[in-house]
Amino acid sequence: MPSTIPFEQWLKRDTAGLCCAPGGFHIDPTRAVPRAIITHGHSDHARPGHGAVLATPETIAIMRARLGPDAAGSFQELRYGAPLGIGGATVRLAPAGHILGSAQVVIEHRGQRAVISGDYKRRPDPTAAPFELVRCDLFVTEATFGLPVFRHEPDVGEIGRLLASLKAFPERTHLVGAYGLGKTQRLIALLRAAGYDRPIWLHGAHQAMCDLYGELGVDLGDLALVGDATTKLPGEIVLCPPSALKDRWTRRLSDPVTAFASGWMRVRARARQYGVELPLVISDHADWPELIATIAETEAEEVWVTHGREDALVRQIGLMGKRGRALALVGYEEDGE
Amino acid sequence: MKAFAELLDRLSYSPSRNAKLRLMADYFRATPDPDRGWALAALTDGLPFSFPLRRTLMDMVARRMDPELFRLSRDYVGDTAETIALVWEPAASLSPSSRGEGRGEGRPLAQASEFAAAPHPIPLPAGGERGSPRLADVVAELALIGRNDLGPRLEAWLDTLDATGRWALIKLLTGALRVGVSARLAKTAAAEMAGLAVGDIEEVWHALSPPYELLFAWLEGRGPRPDVAGAPAFRPLMLSHALEDADWEALEAADFAAEWKWDGIRVQIVARPGEVHLYSRTGDDIADSFPDVVGGPNFDAVLDGELLVMRGGEVAPFNDLQQRLNRKGVSRKQMEQFPAHVRLYDALLIEGEDLRQLAWHARRARLEAWHARVRPARTDLSPLIAFKDKAALRELWEATRENSTEGIMLKRRDSAYVAGRPKGLWWKWKRAPLTLDCVLMYAQRGSGKRSSYYSDYTFGAWRQGEGGAAELVPVGKAYFGFTDEELLQIDRWVRNHTTESFGPVRAVSPGLVFEIAFDAVQRSSRHKSGVAMRFPRIHRIRWDKPAAEADRLETLMAMIA
Repeated sequence: MPSTIPFEQWLKRDTAGLCCAPGGFHIDPTRAVPRAIITHGHSDHARPGHGAVLATPETIAIMRARLGPDAAGSFQELRYGAPLGIGGATVRLAPAGHILGSAQVVIEHRGQRAVISGDYKRRPDPTAAPFELVRCDLFVTEATFGLPVFRHEPDVGEIGRLLASLKAFPERTHLVGAYGLGKTQRLIALLRAAGYDRPIWLHGAHQAMCDLYGELGVDLGDLALVGDATTKLPGEIVLCPPSALKDRWTRRLSDPVTAFASGWMRVRARARQYGVELPLVISDHADWPELIATIAETEAEEVWVTHGREDALVRQIGLMGKRGRALALVGYEEDGE
Repeated sequence: MKAFAELLDRLSYSPSRNAKLRLMADYFRATPDPDRGWALAALTDGLPFSFPLRRTLMDMVARRMDPELFRLSRDYVGDTAETIALVWEPAASLSPSSRGEGRGEGRPLAQASEFAAAPHPIPLPAGGERGSPRLADVVAELALIGRNDLGPRLEAWLDTLDATGRWALIKLLTGALRVGVSARLAKTAAAEMAGLAVGDIEEVWHALSPPYELLFAWLEGRGPRPDVAGAPAFRPLMLSHALEDADWEALEAADFAAEWKWDGIRVQIVARPGEVHLYSRTGDDIADSFPDVVGGPNFDAVLDGELLVMRGGEVAPFNDLQQRLNRKGVSRKQMEQFPAHVRLYDALLIEGEDLRQLAWHARRARLEAWHARVRPARTDLSPLIAFKDKAALRELWEATRENSTEGIMLKRRDSAYVAGRPKGLWWKWKRAPLTLDCVLMYAQRGSGKRSSYYSDYTFGAWRQGEGGAAELVPVGKAYFGFTDEELLQIDRWVRNHTTESFGPVRAVSPGLVFEIAFDAVQRSSRHKSGVAMRFPRIHRIRWDKPAAEADRLETLMAMIA
């Protein structure tokens, strides 16, 4: 598919992020804009104050719950796969596999197709629709884990390590730091899939989002709040935000084994920095092989890299014989992973 | 290899001693011979090989990977061996057709069924992982491998392991595990399998060799206690208790003999003709670092004493001895500059006769007679201190700061040599510490159980700053000497008086005074204050004392011995 006009002419970078000129909308803008398409509910992608927001029904529910019902002037739902004409462009959303409701934005304009991946992963996740591969001319990818050192372990094995530790230290609470939206619910679902049917205990900050997942049809089994516990929870699994792992709050638990579920745990210096005893390599982002595979499979002739470790990925894209470009978008954080 | 790799991985992240013991004991229970024995060897005396791998690894990775991508990866990870363990891609997946295809997990099910239908399924070996080598097989091959075969063999192994396995294998080959486990802790874990104390294992340890099948058979009740008769083995030491005020009150001076407490390190000389070992108190053989001590003797005895640096009959400061410790080899110059010497105070065996059941005074008599007869070079006897009563003893103790010893040892005259730390037989009566009132400057989060507490404290003393105003300069760091209740109070104080945070460290406004106790202070070019305290600990928390009234740096300088 020969491209007739440079992609830069209709997909532009401005101070708010990436903008589709013929459609007059931004994708995941980092400041308030009149019209925004939001790929998923994490706070660095879904910000308040836009005039009109277009997103999947799940993402809109998450935004309303986290940011309040008035987070945007108006919300418009768009289901996966349904095409929508916006100005001179046609838009549809495809599952990205990152978290519940996460989407890639597929934009067609004058015979060219661009896919903006948002955050994505290729591995099965019981709490998110699986990534859909969309062939395109321009693929705009994230690169959170865009270095060859990031090869995430199979999540089943990592859950196995957590359960083995629980068996080895039955008198200690297993306190797992996990980001509140997506990672927490995926962890719970993975534990359930591994046959763990005891109540899973939550830090108060995790309750609302788990409830919302339940309302949106994701069954997480028996959940309880640490605040309601009558013991120090020996031998139980407790999930909390990463920031609470070393909080004074932990003193109510029984000599906790601290764990952290994140792709960053792959690198020892990084795991040590968090001071955790049981690093679990469980990520909601594509690892290096997934990034490369996806870039190849989209058959895109040009690949832009939005945020993350773009040096290495752009280098790799060049080695694959494609045009690569680092957008160096700022405002997307990596620590939420 | 997988279970061993998982063990090393967990050990490297576990701060607590008890957790490490549990992890190792569980591993020893669950792992068959001879794998567990090689693991024990790797954690204690080391394996009979080590390879400088840096070059080999770099060559391998250069053939497999774009150099620029490797450089970016190395810069991010910060460690070459770990980077290679992480970026390694099994050779099978390097073929052009599979490159860029991703792995099984994200792919449709078709691939899984293709795999299952493969005509010759590869059986799973005992290692669990497909094709993953057993630890014992790795060790057996490496013991015999030729220089040119190492690279290809390593490459093949790396292909079968996961990232943690590759990391562990590289560690194993380079001979330095560095997972925060001492040899003694690993032995303690093995002892726990049978409800024994570490001393029971140390007693037989030097009669054993890897992969320690006789040891595990004994620990599991399947075999006899290994026979140590005649082996030049380390014998567990008899340790002392610190003498508290109440102990002093109850003590009958006539029951005890007194010696100076020397400021060196405790050693055990185990010698028989043609063979000498010098063991530290943890049972590590440090003979290689001290050829000047072990070169001379040609006798048959197991002796207890203090390793010191001595010049012209005078004991040099501990700092001089430190120049000789933790070194693999030693130069002639170092031996001339810091001549080592052992001051003997007890004998466990002499010429095959076990003296440990004898009373202290009988052992001492045997030691004196033997020493007078054999006169081994570089040794002397720790003299006994004569005293007529308790008051005289106390006067001697009070003078210990002047005569550069650490205090006084009191040994019960009728006590046998009892391994471990029996109560009431040997007392160490350390000289009164120096103290200084210092101001808390920084507090750092602890680790493990203390990770929610600011429990490591840097404190300072006042000096006149360049502008003339008083300023605090850090003089030391301490993380013990307080109760749990006090820790809670200090933690609260730190949180309420924070001026700045840097990661796990908080700077606090000057307002909390600690009375710091320490054994000595020395000049140090490595510290901003120019001095370093030896063994500082928090003696008292002076909630009552205004920070401005804390001590000055000059006061501390004046205490330099």
